[in-house]
Amino acid sequence: MPFFAPGDDPGASFAELLRRTGSEPFAGFAQTPASESGVGPFDGSHATTVLAVRSSEGVVVAGDRRATSGHLISHRDMRKVFPADAFSAVAIAGAAGPAVQMVRIFQLQLEYYEKIEGKPLSLEGKANQLAEMLRGHLPQAMRGLVVVPIFAGFEPSNGRGRLFQYDVTGGRYEEQDYATAGSGSLHAGTVLKLGFREDLSEPDALALSVRALWHAADEDSATGGPDPVRGIYPVLASIGSDGFRQLSDAESGEVFAALQADLASGGNGSPTANSPEASR
Amino acid sequence: MSMPGLYVSPEQLMQDRADYARKGIARGRSLVTLEYDSGIALVAENASATLRKVSEIYDRIAFGGVGRYIEFEQLRIAGVRHAELKGYQYSRSDVEARSLANQYAQMLGQFFTHELKPLEVEIVVVEVGTGGEANQLYRIQYDGTVMDEESYCCIGGDADAVRERVAEGYDQSLDAEAAIRLARSALAGDEREISAADIEVALLESIVPDALHRRRCFRRLDDADVELALGDDAAAAADDEADQDDS
Repeated sequence: MPFFAPGDDPGASFAELLRRTGSEPFAGFAQTPASESGVGPFDGSHATTVLAVRSSEGVVVAGDRRATSGHLISHRDMRKVFPADAFSAVAIAGAAGPAVQMVRIFQLQLEYYEKIEGKPLSLEGKANQLAEMLRGHLPQAMRGLVVVPIFAGFEPSNGRGRLFQYDVTGGRYEEQDYATAGSGSLHAGTVLKLGFREDLSEPDALALSVRALWHAADEDSATGGPDPVRGIYPVLASIGSDGFRQLSDAESGEVFAALQADLASGGNGSPTANSPEASR
Repeated sequence: MSMPGLYVSPEQLMQDRADYARKGIARGRSLVTLEYDSGIALVAENASATLRKVSEIYDRIAFGGVGRYIEFEQLRIAGVRHAELKGYQYSRSDVEARSLANQYAQMLGQFFTHELKPLEVEIVVVEVGTGGEANQLYRIQYDGTVMDEESYCCIGGDADAVRERVAEGYDQSLDAEAAIRLARSALAGDEREISAADIEVALLESIVPDALHRRRCFRRLDDADVELALGDDAAAAADDEADQDDS
């Protein structure tokens, strides 16, 4: 059982506790040699589309399910959106191994802090923790193992959703309306930009996210679209006053069915197609 | 060269240490842990709203301590660390109260025999069973003695008297509210009243685990929840209504 002398105590940091007990959380990745496969640093090849949109109830987070290695599809049902704790979520783009490990350590860190300190970290504190982990990961990112997350959460104290975007160096940028990451982020971001309104309800934010993902998948080979044959749909989650909730595949399928109906009836998947203004 | 004047027999040494630890523990208020129909309730008499006696260790495991706050707080943190490290290295389902209780016993035994002063604490480690498994209640004493208890378990200064009072009213089919009421009256005894603000309550609710969230069974009740559970609030509300009817 780990017991530390006062002054030598690792405090509320789980990563530090791991180091003190002899298991460096990112040990393997630190020893990767510089890439020779042409995947250089900062080439932006984090094949994925993940996004977050603020809604009047909180925030919606979404991500496609495709994982690629080179030109091959390695997974069709990869998860890239995770609950970070009861009131926040993290979505990842980048090298799958280190990204998933980072999410795992991040989730453990938030719960560990809450238990040791007796109260959860503030949303800003959580966002900063993730930035610090990314800064620690920079040497590996320089070797090509890039990880770029999005962090989004709901602040019960002011009843508002907040979003944070990051860069590989651990730069943390709070966004007001929406955030995107991954190879399809340009297309998804444009759809979100055109479709965002200040009073977006949760269902509207989900519909807008699905449109953004669909357009990203339509233009970017590394982003997966809906797969009705296998029943695999992008992960959609919303965080509001009652916490993190992920939609089931059936629920996500319904949101996609609405988009499909619009496309089939000659629509172009435009982000304002469902808005009240457009139907007038 | 022998120093006869400084010789203390091992029996005497252990006896002195045990007396010392017991005295320290006897100064503090007690804690009751009892199973109810769908979980385990931990109820402690605690005037402080921030220095806690009852806390979460892991998904299905809770901790309760009485005696010197800083000592059981250190044990709590060590327990959280042990559980989190084990869950990280293996799997969340491999973290169990039994192994944690044994670790605590080892640590307390070590302190009792090897350190200058024993820890003046008594702790409980409980695990709620999910999917039909039985609950586990362990009580660990200042010298590292572990006891595997059934249905309920009491620790602290007045533990024996409190246990008798719990035994009188205990029934396996109690719901959470009834369990909290029983624990409070057992802690208070016949001569005193304890207000909702002076008891600390947490529940380990036997929930169906769901891979994503709701895996944490621990729920701390705030003062309003405790009042509601105890029925104090309902009684007060009924009084208010009666007053309004009068006017």
